[in-house]
Amino acid sequence: MSTVEETVAPTGDRPVLELENCGKSYGNVHALRGVNINVRQGEVTCVLGDNGAGKSTLIKIISGLHEYTEGSMKVNGVVRQFNSPRVAQAMGIATVYQDLALAPLMAVWRNFFLGNEVRKGPFLDIPTMKRVAGEELTKMGIEIPDLDRPVGSLSGGQRQVIAIARAIYFGAKVIILDEPTAALGVKQSGVVLKYIVKARDAGLGVIFITHNPHHAYLVGNHFIILKLGRVALDAHRDELTLEQLTGEMAGGQELDELSHELAGADPGKVVEGHEVERGAVFDREPAAAPDHEERQ
Amino acid sequence: MSTVTTTPADDRVGTRSAASTVLARPEVGALIGAIAVAALFFAVAPAFRSVGNVGTILYGSSTIGIMAVVVALLMIGGEFDLSAGVAVTTSGLTAAHTAWYFGLNVWAGVGVALLMSLAIGAFNGWLLHKTGLPSFLVTLGTFFVLQGVNLAMTRVIAGGVSSNSLNDLDGFDSAKAVFASSLTLGPVEVKIPVIYWFLLTVVAAVLLLRSRYGNWIFAVGGDSAAARAVGVPVVVTKIALFMGVGFGAWLLGMHLLFEYNNLQSGQGVGNEFIYIIAAVIGGCLLTGGYGSIVGAAVGALIFGMTQLGITYAGWNPDWFKTFLGVMLISSVLVNMYVKRKAEGR
Repeated sequence: MSTVEETVAPTGDRPVLELENCGKSYGNVHALRGVNINVRQGEVTCVLGDNGAGKSTLIKIISGLHEYTEGSMKVNGVVRQFNSPRVAQAMGIATVYQDLALAPLMAVWRNFFLGNEVRKGPFLDIPTMKRVAGEELTKMGIEIPDLDRPVGSLSGGQRQVIAIARAIYFGAKVIILDEPTAALGVKQSGVVLKYIVKARDAGLGVIFITHNPHHAYLVGNHFIILKLGRVALDAHRDELTLEQLTGEMAGGQELDELSHELAGADPGKVVEGHEVERGAVFDREPAAAPDHEERQ
Repeated sequence: MSTVTTTPADDRVGTRSAASTVLARPEVGALIGAIAVAALFFAVAPAFRSVGNVGTILYGSSTIGIMAVVVALLMIGGEFDLSAGVAVTTSGLTAAHTAWYFGLNVWAGVGVALLMSLAIGAFNGWLLHKTGLPSFLVTLGTFFVLQGVNLAMTRVIAGGVSSNSLNDLDGFDSAKAVFASSLTLGPVEVKIPVIYWFLLTVVAAVLLLRSRYGNWIFAVGGDSAAARAVGVPVVVTKIALFMGVGFGAWLLGMHLLFEYNNLQSGQGVGNEFIYIIAAVIGGCLLTGGYGSIVGAAVGALIFGMTQLGITYAGWNPDWFKTFLGVMLISSVLVNMYVKRKAEGR
């Protein structure tokens, strides 16, 4: 979408995207009810929620895969109902899905320009495409020495960044990131979080969908917790600590019950007959989450 | 948070050596195979060494290569066409029957055959899209339909199993000149399909690697959902690929028709696998999204060399198919091995 429909420049504090009492029902199932979200440019809005809380439904409404059935959605102050992802994209709303929409066997630069190829006459302008892809990725702080490498050989974090950089380059004003850190190890998640900040600094409105309150709190300006299809919490960063966010996310009371249940289980205890071997592990760095994506 | 600390340089990704960059190309396995096959027959078959036979070998390769190239494009786009073999015969028969039955200029038959071939391709692609069935199944259906149509229509129109001779119809000579002539380059007699094969290879390779449409072919074959998500017209791309196969079938069908003056209605069955094998030897993945046009052309060349080499070596030609099977499996293994080595994974 290199030719983005020129929409009214958002002035001051006016949100680019507003959802008012928005909801979606499938027959008698209310997947989502009464959601109010304001996404401003240069701000990270985090949407948290457990599995089945309605996060996916919310993304699908904003990205144009589903139409909402209640309330309203405004883009730059105008009520809109998207009936296809193309329409959403034309309005500057880009979605980076978990599967990233990258073709694994294709070169990095081919993927970057997929669907928006630069041409010189009838042929691809390969030098320009490689140069721009390299520049845009460098801007995001990621160096890929060989842009001819197939995307499938890169790490999960690098692939996320390519998808994000692509969305920004092709004129996104609002970018929705669907659980970008869910499948990543600690370091790779850090990489992606850095790029969320970069996207924010580039003036985009970021909607960061996650179920990890720690990741959300590192970058978020505004937090919304969904629970069973409703908004359970809607707070600005100033009104909230990480502990509160984690507690709310885990469902406060439920967490208490869980810790009560687990109180009897001594975490240091091992089954008799086994001895925990000591040594090697402690010489290294603290064990990080498994970096499985690096082997993909 | 806004200051981004630079992570220590990732030294796991070294720059690849020039050799491994070359080896990582999909057509390398086929080239190695072609050299091996050529060396083998060079050693055992004296006739293989004669320059005059180069034309014969290239001709044998071209009758496979024209189709292998278009089938490779389709396979890179993630689909199969099992009707490709009989579609060649259908195209030739359409031209012959149309011209003979209506007493038309031969070129009218040629034109109708082109439309017919493109329509069959478009139908395959459309049916694939409409039903959502795998192309293996859809084109298996078309394969049987066309096979039956070839036999039945030839019986109805020509009263037998071969089409009527066209050589007293208007335009026959010019059509023969276009589709089935030959020219002499020094000691080598080159039949015209060899030229078409080379042209088609060049055009298809440029299309695949240097055009926007080529980018789409890779994408729909690699991950069609991803391609759709970024706005690639997946359905149109695939239908066009099937129509490309139709075009190849028409070109080869016209050559066969004007080379022999008539066509047998049962011809072409089983050739679809030979085209697929040539494409696979050339580095195409069965799962799509990866492959090479030049590789497929080289795959066809391996076939041509083997077919004639076995005869020249005085071996029993019954072994040809066995040889093909061995070639197929070993080339795929070589491709896999070379790829893994080159990618260092």
